Amino acid sequence: MSERSEGAPGTRLTPYWELLKAQVRGQASYRASFWLDMVGNFALLGGDLLTVIVLFQVTPSLGGFTRPQVLVMFALGMVAFNVADLAVGNIERIRMYVRTGTLDTVLIRPLGVLSQLLALDFGVRRIGRVLYAVTILVVALVLADVAWTPAKAVLVVVAPIAGAALFGSIFVAASAVAFWWIESGEIAATVTYGGRDFSTYPITVYGQLFRRVFAYGLGFGFVAYYPALVLLELPDPLGLPELTGWASPLVALVAVGLAALVWRTGVRHYRSTGS
Amino acid sequence: MFGFLRSYVMIAVTVVGGAAAGYSEAQLLSFVWLGQGLLGVLLLWGWNDLADRIRSGDVVMDLLRPQHPVVYFLAADLGRAAYAFLTRFFAPMLVGALCFTLYVPQRWPTYPLGAASIVLGVVISFGCRYLVNAASFWLMDSRGVNLVWLVCSGLLAGLYFPLRFLPEPLLLLIWIGTPMPSMLQAPLDVLVERDGLTGQLAIVGGQIAWAAALIGLCFLVQRRAERKLVVQGG
Repeated sequence: MSERSEGAPGTRLTPYWELLKAQVRGQASYRASFWLDMVGNFALLGGDLLTVIVLFQVTPSLGGFTRPQVLVMFALGMVAFNVADLAVGNIERIRMYVRTGTLDTVLIRPLGVLSQLLALDFGVRRIGRVLYAVTILVVALVLADVAWTPAKAVLVVVAPIAGAALFGSIFVAASAVAFWWIESGEIAATVTYGGRDFSTYPITVYGQLFRRVFAYGLGFGFVAYYPALVLLELPDPLGLPELTGWASPLVALVAVGLAALVWRTGVRHYRSTGS
Repeated sequence: MFGFLRSYVMIAVTVVGGAAAGYSEAQLLSFVWLGQGLLGVLLLWGWNDLADRIRSGDVVMDLLRPQHPVVYFLAADLGRAAYAFLTRFFAPMLVGALCFTLYVPQRWPTYPLGAASIVLGVVISFGCRYLVNAASFWLMDSRGVNLVWLVCSGLLAGLYFPLRFLPEPLLLLIWIGTPMPSMLQAPLDVLVERDGLTGQLAIVGGQIAWAAALIGLCFLVQRRAERKLVVQGG
């Protein structure tokens, strides 16, 4: 991360910090807008939660799991996704920067490209979504009557962080496609938001090929499903050992590495649109 | 992608009982893929034409035309919907039919009724969008109205889950009290033959009532807005 900046370690982050502060100040200054957005985000998230609850109106189990159990998976996926969205979600705007040429301004500054882009559009409102998702997780864990052990307590913190890192990698890698192909929004959105929806249901409901691609190929099965099985002390109907629930940090690490590679290749590959 | 996700969830819902809320598995799958196909036709989101013209002042040009603005915009929207039907409706249906066993309507009256229901759905969707956009005549920042529309249209139109999954009293309240189910849920229910012929006719009848009420309201709002514009313009 430090290849572009010199100076004392303490001062290295100062420019990013200032960028972030300016963003927060700017977004909070339109108060009515800010609160309206908060409320709207809650309602939109509520829609997803409501869907899960309504589905259980017509069936006692989904993919072999009860409502509280599915809610734990749902909530783990939600926390992971929203943390990632808060941290790197605005990377989606890169295709706009590429198209309008704004990226050139970012590139000539003596700061990291990725970190600049993230600080440029930090979405304060997204904090609300993270808090909301965490609340759902707490409620779901209480409803599911989890028998707590120290190991599970660690897992319930580690899994969403690892999941967020995985989602973040997908965000970055999918957005980096914009370096090659300017109109890449649809693909990026399908993978990221599709991944979110995928990971909020037990992976046992999906068809085999579909599950293989998204749960194991892209790693979304490790975000919520397998950690939830460990928390709930349930055996995997698909036959993988309990240890799989602990694999998410490893999966995340691989994903972050791959995403970094794609990103760097993309930046090096970038030619200005000239506009 | 989202069609697949919803399909698998719907299959999972019917695994235990074989059916859910009166739909068979094939009917639910048709519901999902028809919904994907109709989404672009109904255009629930992303229509700001009128609001943009109000903001820029171009709306004055619309008032100078010999046609009434509501008629003019409605005609344009029906044309857009027809084009979207040709280009965006059949691809999802094909994918759905190739990957899953979809339900095919068994009774011939379903076809004309379904077509009428889709057209009415477009008119109702247009009416709602027009009203949401027209809020810009009064409000500088219409984001709140837009947000309410976004939340309601997704949730109450039957896109996230078939509304029939809801408890009966709540369902009736939403269906009769709001136009949202008449946009998407109604044509989908007609097309998958969730109800008998009388049920289908009742659904389409409800759509006609909502379409008439909304277009009437559009005319009313437009008249009030024009009066306000004159005052503002001096």
